[in-house]
Amino acid sequence: MTVSRAMIPGVCALAILILPFTGLLPEYWITLFNYIGISSLVAIGLVLLTGVGGMTSFGQAAFVGFGAYTSAVLTLNFGLSPWLTLPASLVVTMVVAGLIGAITVRLSGHYLPLGTIAWGIAFFYLFGNIDWLGAHDGLSGIPPLRIGTHALTNPRDYFVVVWVAVVLAVIATQNLLGGRVGRAIRALRRSTRAGEAFGVNTAAAKLMVFVYAAMLAGLAGWLYAHFQRSVSPGPFGIGTGTEYLLMAVLGGAGRVYGAILGAAGITFLRDELQNFLPWLIGNTGNYEAIAFGAVLVLILQTASNGLWPILFGPPPAPTPPKPRDDKRSPERALPAPGTALLQVQQARKAFGGLVAVNDVDFEVQSGRIVGLIGPNGAGKSTTFNLITGVLPLSAGQIRFEGHALRAQTPQRAAALGLGRTFQHVEIVADMSVIENVALGAHLLGAAGPLRAIFGLDRSEEALLFADARRQLERVGLADVAFRPAGTLALGQLRLVEVARALCLNPVLLLLDEPAAGLRVGEKKALARLLREVRSEGISVLLVEHDMDFVMSLADTLVVLDFGTKIAEGVPASIRQDPVVLEAYLGGVS
Amino acid sequence: MDSTIFLFLLQDGIINGAVYALVAIATVLVFAVTRVILVPQGEFVAFTALTIAALENGKMPSTPWLLLALGVLAAASELVRHFRELNLRRVAWIVLFDLALPVALLLLTRTLAPMKLGQLTNILLAIALITPMGPMIYRIAFEPIAHSSVLVLLMAAFGVHFSLTGLGLLFFGPEGSGTAPLSQASFSLGDLVVTGQSVAVLIVTAVLLVLFALFFGRTLLGKALRACSSNRIGARLVGIPTSAAGQIAFALAAGLGAISGVLVGPLMTVFYDSGFLIGLKAFVAAILGGLVSYPLTVLAALGVGFAEALFSFWASNFKEVLVFTLIIPVLAWRSVYAPHAEETE
Repeated sequence: MTVSRAMIPGVCALAILILPFTGLLPEYWITLFNYIGISSLVAIGLVLLTGVGGMTSFGQAAFVGFGAYTSAVLTLNFGLSPWLTLPASLVVTMVVAGLIGAITVRLSGHYLPLGTIAWGIAFFYLFGNIDWLGAHDGLSGIPPLRIGTHALTNPRDYFVVVWVAVVLAVIATQNLLGGRVGRAIRALRRSTRAGEAFGVNTAAAKLMVFVYAAMLAGLAGWLYAHFQRSVSPGPFGIGTGTEYLLMAVLGGAGRVYGAILGAAGITFLRDELQNFLPWLIGNTGNYEAIAFGAVLVLILQTASNGLWPILFGPPPAPTPPKPRDDKRSPERALPAPGTALLQVQQARKAFGGLVAVNDVDFEVQSGRIVGLIGPNGAGKSTTFNLITGVLPLSAGQIRFEGHALRAQTPQRAAALGLGRTFQHVEIVADMSVIENVALGAHLLGAAGPLRAIFGLDRSEEALLFADARRQLERVGLADVAFRPAGTLALGQLRLVEVARALCLNPVLLLLDEPAAGLRVGEKKALARLLREVRSEGISVLLVEHDMDFVMSLADTLVVLDFGTKIAEGVPASIRQDPVVLEAYLGGVS
Repeated sequence: MDSTIFLFLLQDGIINGAVYALVAIATVLVFAVTRVILVPQGEFVAFTALTIAALENGKMPSTPWLLLALGVLAAASELVRHFRELNLRRVAWIVLFDLALPVALLLLTRTLAPMKLGQLTNILLAIALITPMGPMIYRIAFEPIAHSSVLVLLMAAFGVHFSLTGLGLLFFGPEGSGTAPLSQASFSLGDLVVTGQSVAVLIVTAVLLVLFALFFGRTLLGKALRACSSNRIGARLVGIPTSAAGQIAFALAAGLGAISGVLVGPLMTVFYDSGFLIGLKAFVAAILGGLVSYPLTVLAALGVGFAEALFSFWASNFKEVLVFTLIIPVLAWRSVYAPHAEETE
């Protein structure tokens, strides 16, 4: 398996260099393959943007346009060599995508695709109305690529250029997705909350994906301009943009190789329709659009996950790099046991007229387990969200290690060492268990997208995965580490969340109903784990409904009811507290 | 710019805006009931204008054939999909609506077209031909994926748009045409010449908007549609058939599109693919209205029409660029102040 996968790039390289010159393929097919390769680049970007990052863009064709026009203008008007305009095309696309993306990635829900439609159309008309871009006629006479004095005008020569670019793009994209930033991107679509709770800057990650996808499109535009040797606004409009999206969806959004399959499928289909339909209908026109639309609707109705998963099954389990020795990430310096770690002082949260948390005071000392209990709707989860920066405080303050937390965000909470789990599990279902846990170690790594693309993040990745594996062993899930997380039972997923929170190397663990859905044996194991964690000096704040579990575990309990603290103390005294009994059972007087 | 030009642009903008308002209202309605962003809404507009143009020339329009083709497709897809739960009533309904109705309209058009019976007949016939296309398209393309995410539905809507535009070219050909104005009258208000056509557009739009408000505010069916839009599952639990609601929404959308086509035909030369831009501009208005509020949408549509008129005066080449760029700050503003929860798949 690993041998055959390692051979793929070599085989591809050989095929690219030899195939066009064997004479096996007529020139017509070579040309078609060139267009497939160029479209594949755009579709690979869309796979990353849409399938992985969850941002649907109808406007990628505009970025192809930026790449193509940049090179056309620089070669025609300034006489630059096409090789020099490649970086220029990429930089122009990067800058434009950065500007557009800065707004676009902040659009929520379906506003985002609508936004891409809007600027996709606007750029099409812009290209068509600027005189120095040749307006609607475009620019022609673009010089071909040259190696020495040899001009790459023959489609067979160009085949090599296009497909080398595709293979490089595939490798770069796979590397990017496999790395630390890649995990963050993959978390975006399923659960931004989980990503943010472990320090992922969502907007920055989204923008990075957006710019990366746009730059692939810009590269495609550069290839297109020097293959076609002319550019006009037509192929950069919203129709082509939708076609690129169709390629990504047809192949299987989320699968890099699927993009090439989709690009091939759509390009062949269009080509066949252009040959076949005039014969069927009798006159010429843009009739393939009819079949095109029908195919799109049919795919969505019957195979909305695309062809690649149907043909080749689910994605293979990741092969994380192994650390060379048992190096560990540096441990966090934990405060001395018994010092005040987290102080919630007069914390208040009002939603309109409803006061969900009403001037609550309590303290978590380091090396202690504190239970936060109360009937449903008591404000426990809201308190959690205030501490972790998901919600802003209305009044009061929360101090951590003596400092007041101002403008707390989930990312800052993660950086301070607050590792949390969620009441409703927030797991990236289509990612393996160990990668989900490794997401918890996001802030322990530093490798950015460039290091990932060039494969320079391997030793750091090895450390992060070693951490993830160790935490999985602690919660007893090492044997399912490489299963897709979505196949686990709810109880197991809660333990995965605990492992992920431990991976952050936390000072304070915030666990929101970790025992709900666990079987008795699993609860005992979890209790044992939490005591072990406490003995290491890590503190735990625990929201829990299972009274046996929390009473046996917690050093102190804080009881909330209707947003107000009604009791605080050791479990034995809380058990006897008449106010608490009344809150839970209704008047026992 | 002096006041005459300004008034002229204002009139121009208001008339275009009124048409956009009708189309935008249809977009909002369809989105609210079915969550489909109806990209092909503009096609109804263009096809209606082309149908009337053919009828005015005493020619047989291709519209009935298009309707029949859609009817056959709808019948076929329904028969294949619901093969196991077919009963006599359902089959009868399919035969009646998908096959008999288009055939009847085909024969009727064939008889009436050469007779040149005049504007009113042409308009009514065109509306009758276009309106049933709405529910047919809903059943062919959207009903099977009615529970998918907004994004999947949006992509399907693009697919339908591609197919319909291609079919438009096939059935109507590449030539554009305009239709006779609804009224030849004109009068002057100070410096401004007001045409009967503009008055007709405003009156029709205003009447339709009032009817719409009455329909949704006062009738049981209108309330049922509103229920579907606010909570599909809840609506189903109280016995509102959401599929029927979807079909009604699409029928209303096609009907409103057809009426917009009647209004727009005399204002511009309509081609088989003109609908897309009309639909998109209406769509800009629909989004400005947040895809929920009808009065806001109408205001926004008038705004878009006026902005377009101004842009075409100042920078006519960049009219479209500016209109579509306008939408992005609005989307950003709405994302911040009216964010909706992440849609789970």
